[in-house]
Formats: sequence, structure tokens, C-alpha cells
Amino acid sequence: MDHSSLAGRIFRGIALSLVLVFFMFPIVWILLMSFQTNEQILRIPPRILFEPTLANYEALISGQLRTAAGNLQIEFMRNLMNSFVLSSASVILALLLGVPAAYAFARFKFKLGETIAFTLLSFRFAPPLLVLLPLSLYYQQLGLNDTYFGIVWVYQLIALPLILWIVRGYFEDISPDIEHAYRLAGHSWREAFTRIAVPLAGPGIAAAGLLSFIFCWNNFVFALILASADKQPVTVGALAFVTASGIQYGQIAAAIVLSVTPTLLLALYAQRYLVEGLSLGAVKG
Amino acid sequence: MARLELKSVGKSFGAVSCARDVSLAVEPGEIVAVFGPSGSGKTVLLRMIAGMFEPDAGDILVGGHSIVDAPPEQRGIGMAFQNFALFPHMSARDNIASGLRARGAGDIAAKVTQMSRLLKIEHVLGHRPRELSNGQKQRTALARALIGNPEVLLLDDPLRNVDAKLRYEMRLELPSLLRRSSAAVLYVTQDYREAMAIADRIAVLIDGRLVQVARPEEIYARPASVAVARLFGDPSINLSEVAPVAEQGRLIAAVAGTQIRLDADDVPSGARERCWLGVRPDDVVVTRQDGEGAIPARIVAITPLHERAVVLLRFADGSEWLAALAPEALDAGADEDVFVRFAPEAALLFDHATGDRIGAPPRRQAA
Repeated sequence: MDHSSLAGRIFRGIALSLVLVFFMFPIVWILLMSFQTNEQILRIPPRILFEPTLANYEALISGQLRTAAGNLQIEFMRNLMNSFVLSSASVILALLLGVPAAYAFARFKFKLGETIAFTLLSFRFAPPLLVLLPLSLYYQQLGLNDTYFGIVWVYQLIALPLILWIVRGYFEDISPDIEHAYRLAGHSWREAFTRIAVPLAGPGIAAAGLLSFIFCWNNFVFALILASADKQPVTVGALAFVTASGIQYGQIAAAIVLSVTPTLLLALYAQRYLVEGLSLGAVKG
Repeated sequence: MARLELKSVGKSFGAVSCARDVSLAVEPGEIVAVFGPSGSGKTVLLRMIAGMFEPDAGDILVGGHSIVDAPPEQRGIGMAFQNFALFPHMSARDNIASGLRARGAGDIAAKVTQMSRLLKIEHVLGHRPRELSNGQKQRTALARALIGNPEVLLLDDPLRNVDAKLRYEMRLELPSLLRRSSAAVLYVTQDYREAMAIADRIAVLIDGRLVQVARPEEIYARPASVAVARLFGDPSINLSEVAPVAEQGRLIAAVAGTQIRLDADDVPSGARERCWLGVRPDDVVVTRQDGEGAIPARIVAITPLHERAVVLLRFADGSEWLAALAPEALDAGADEDVFVRFAPEAALLFDHATGDRIGAPPRRQAA
């Protein structure tokens, strides 16, 4: 890297900038939009320079959406909170279930083991809409419709296979002899699991947890069908901005900024683990 | 201290049988090397003792008590692994101390210091395994296995992954180190030299069966079978097919057309249909003088091998032997005609069909 020529470095700089602009432009544009009123956004041609306004954020936080057709109540902050609660609870539950399961699949050969593991993965293949109709009927019968628990449960379809399969690879990479040695030193299998296997698979568990958090956070269709207004996450709540008097682009932009921020911060913080974690599992022979 | 005893232990994985009727006893303070080619079931045997596999048949006793049903942590066993198996997220000190902590032993720091001084790793106690050299890792693993004063110590080819110089050093150090602990030691190795250097007795395991259990000199001098004879010695033993006949109380065999008198001490008299004659390359003498019992041969190649030269010889019938001798003892060069002799007592006879040594005592079970 260091010994490349000046031309090479310039070229690399340009290429990187192009890629950066390509990926960052939508985010930057959304950020700019969130500080503009609907009229400013819809102006043709659009302008880079404008008088910023915080009205969009005010409306979101206060929950009062002023449109030409009158005042509208929106529950955006509540939606944001719901997203947070649902995603966190789903990931925690999936970790509690998935990490020991991944360990079992990695360490023990048992009847139908591969079949069960593959079945769990196959939940990710099925189009959600296909599952939703029977699921919503079941949920109505069971009284799980429109409950946090019901949504967290259905989110396991997203989070559990992901965690199971990523973490399993990590456990398989740990030499079983390390655990044997720990047991011979006088520890039970439970201690070998919690003090050797889990810490050594730590980066993988973190990466899998983060990924499933993002997938849960971004889920739309499950919550749309199975939750009513007071339990809906932001992805569904954003529909409220399509109002009778038009689409509130400014508020949508602000809502996107607010809803992207937590996952973005989390990803930035955990980036090191994420890259290390995801590549380690793949590269190590 | 306790005796380790294996009683007719058997284990198979599907159709593959890894241990068949293995019986062996190791006294406290004794080092027994389990030696055999790769895939002969050495590691599986060790892992059954350590509790990672359950034997299908037989029993394993420590101090007279069966340990087969006990979980690994309650067996009182120390083990060093071929791949070291250090805990990567702990310092060398914590690695060594882990066993003591689990058992709630007192004075841990002092014990760790003493053990690490013995193994010369005091200066790296604070390091994580990945910061250690292979030699240091290996010593850390040994310290971890030794520190709890286990009744049984299992060493799974511990010198496999260290460099040659260190291997020599450790071969010298290990016996005294292991004897300090007065544990019953099972030492798995694939290197016959290591087995001979370290062990009091060697148990030769071939295809899951113990073929011979004896002192190192005895195994070398009187191998139980052709297979054992082949495994001990480098270059490996010369084998020729012969049909010996008894003449005036002596056994005579034709080797490459020359009549050779064989030592008959423990060879039963009477003619044998076909046998394998084995002569170690070290026992082969190459001279220019003809005489009784001298087999004409031609030197095909000479390979200088540090302190000795290995000579490839071809007999008139096309069969080839190797001789290992001091370079100064060889007065002929390549492509020259020479004569080959060996002392009658150096000859080993093996049954052609079974491979067992003729005159060998019946296979011993638990020694």
C-alpha cells in the first residue's frame, strides 16, 4: 500500500470518493430534506442552500402533524420506542435460545441435527407474506395478536436462524480440546461453555446479535399485520406521513434520520467486531 | 499415588475399530509410551481415559476404582494436548492456575511460580498464548497438566509441534520432570526414538491392538512381529523371504543364494516353510573379504547421514538391503562389488503368514 506511485494514490482517492458519494448521497440528501419544509423540498430545481427549519423534528417529537387538512396526531416517538423494545427483546431472546443451540449443533452429532438446523435456516427462505396469513389466524386464536410478546416471538423467525448459523461457525472454529482441557482442570461442562466457548466466540456472537438487531429493526411486514397502532415500530409508523393532504416529505426525512440513528451508532460502535467477526468465521479454514 | 489400569478396553466408531481388547497397567511413577503409526488408536485410547469418549467394552481403573462413569473433571487426570489447547483469552499464569482455582487449592501463586521456574517460563507468565513461542506454549501446557499433582498424567504427543532442537532438549528434561510427579504417565508418540528416550516401557499399538508391551531395549532387540520390527529403527529393518532348514542342530537359510547360519537359540528346530528374515541395518557389515556367510552384493548408492552412512546394497537376485555404518568403516564406493555379513544372533525370524516373531513368547496381556 505504501509503495504505490503518486498516480496510483490519486486514482485510488478519486475511486474512493466516487464510491463514497454513491453510497452517502442518499443519506446526505435525506439529512438535508429533514431540515426543509415540504414546499422547499418540492421546489424545482432543488437547492443546496436553504433556510433550515426544525419544524419537522418539532412535529415528530410533539406528535402534532400540521397539514393543510388540519392537525393530525402521530405517534412517532412511541413507534421509535416500540422499535427499540421489540428489536432488543427479540435479539436478547434469540441470543438466549440461539447461542446454546448453536453450541449444541457445533459440538454434538445427534439424530436429525442437520435437519433441524437446516429447517431453522429455511425460515429465512420463505417469503414472509406466505407465512403471515396462517400466522395471523393462529395469533388470533392464541390471543397473541397485537401483543409485544407475539411480535417478539415472530421476530425470532428473523433473528434466531441468523444467530444460530453465524455463531455455530464460531463454535466449530474453537478446538474442542480447549474445552476438554478446561474440564480436566476441574470444571463442569456448564463452566466450560460459559467461560471458554462463549468468550472465545464473543466477536461472532456480537456480530450475529448486531446483524439480527438491524434485521429486526428494519422489519416491516410482520409488524404491519400483527400489531395495532400502539405497538407498531417506526417502519410501520412511517405510513402515517402519507396523509389526506399529501405526502409529508420533510417529516418522513426527519423520521428516517431519527430511526436510522440508533442502528447507525450501534453499527459504528461495533464495526470493529462486525468486520473482524464476520471475516474471521469465513476465512479461518 | 494410584495405578492406572485398562481392562480389555474396546471402542469403535461405526465400522472403524479404534481399540480392541486393550489391557495395560501403569504403575505410579512409571512412564509408559503408547507408540504406533498414525491412525492406530493412540489418541482415542488417551481420550477414553480422559473421559472424552466412553469405551464400548472393558473398564478403566485408577487406584482400583472404575472411572468410566465419572465426568472428566472428577477423574483426577492431567493432560497435555498435541495442539497445546491453551485457553487463548487467559494469560499463561491463569492457564496454569485454572486447575488449582477450580479445586479451591491454597497458595496458588507460589505453586504457579514454582512450577513455572521448573519449566523455565517464569518470564512469560503474564503473556497471552498467542504471544508465546511454540516451545513456551508447550511448556505452559505441561505446567498446566502437572500442577495439580494428578494421579494420572496423559501426554498426547506433546513434542509434535515444537522444533527439532527443543524436542531434543525436552526429551532430556521430560523423564526427570515426569518422575517428580510420581503420577502414572501415559505418553503417546509417533516417534520411536522419543518413546525409547522417555519411557520405562513401550506399548506398541497397531490397528487398535496392543501388539507388544516391553522395555525399549527389548522391543528393539526382540520385536514381537514384523510390523513392530518395521516401526522401530531408521533406516528400517531389512527383510528377506527365506526357507530355513535345520542342519546339525543349526538353522541354515539361503539369503540371495548364499547359505547363512542363523542363531538357533530361541528358534525352534525343524524346517520352516517360509519365514521373514530380519536384519537391522546397524547389524549389517560390508567388507571386501569373501568368507563363510558372506553374501555378494553391489553397492548401489551411499547416503551420508550425519554420523553414519546409509548404504543401499543389491544382491545377485535383485533384492535390496540397507546397511547403516560409520563412514570410516566403509572401504568401498558406489558401484563396487562387496560382501555382506551379519552376526547370527542379529538375525530375527518372523512367521511369514502371521508376522509374529518365531521364538517370541506368547503375546502378553496386562504386563
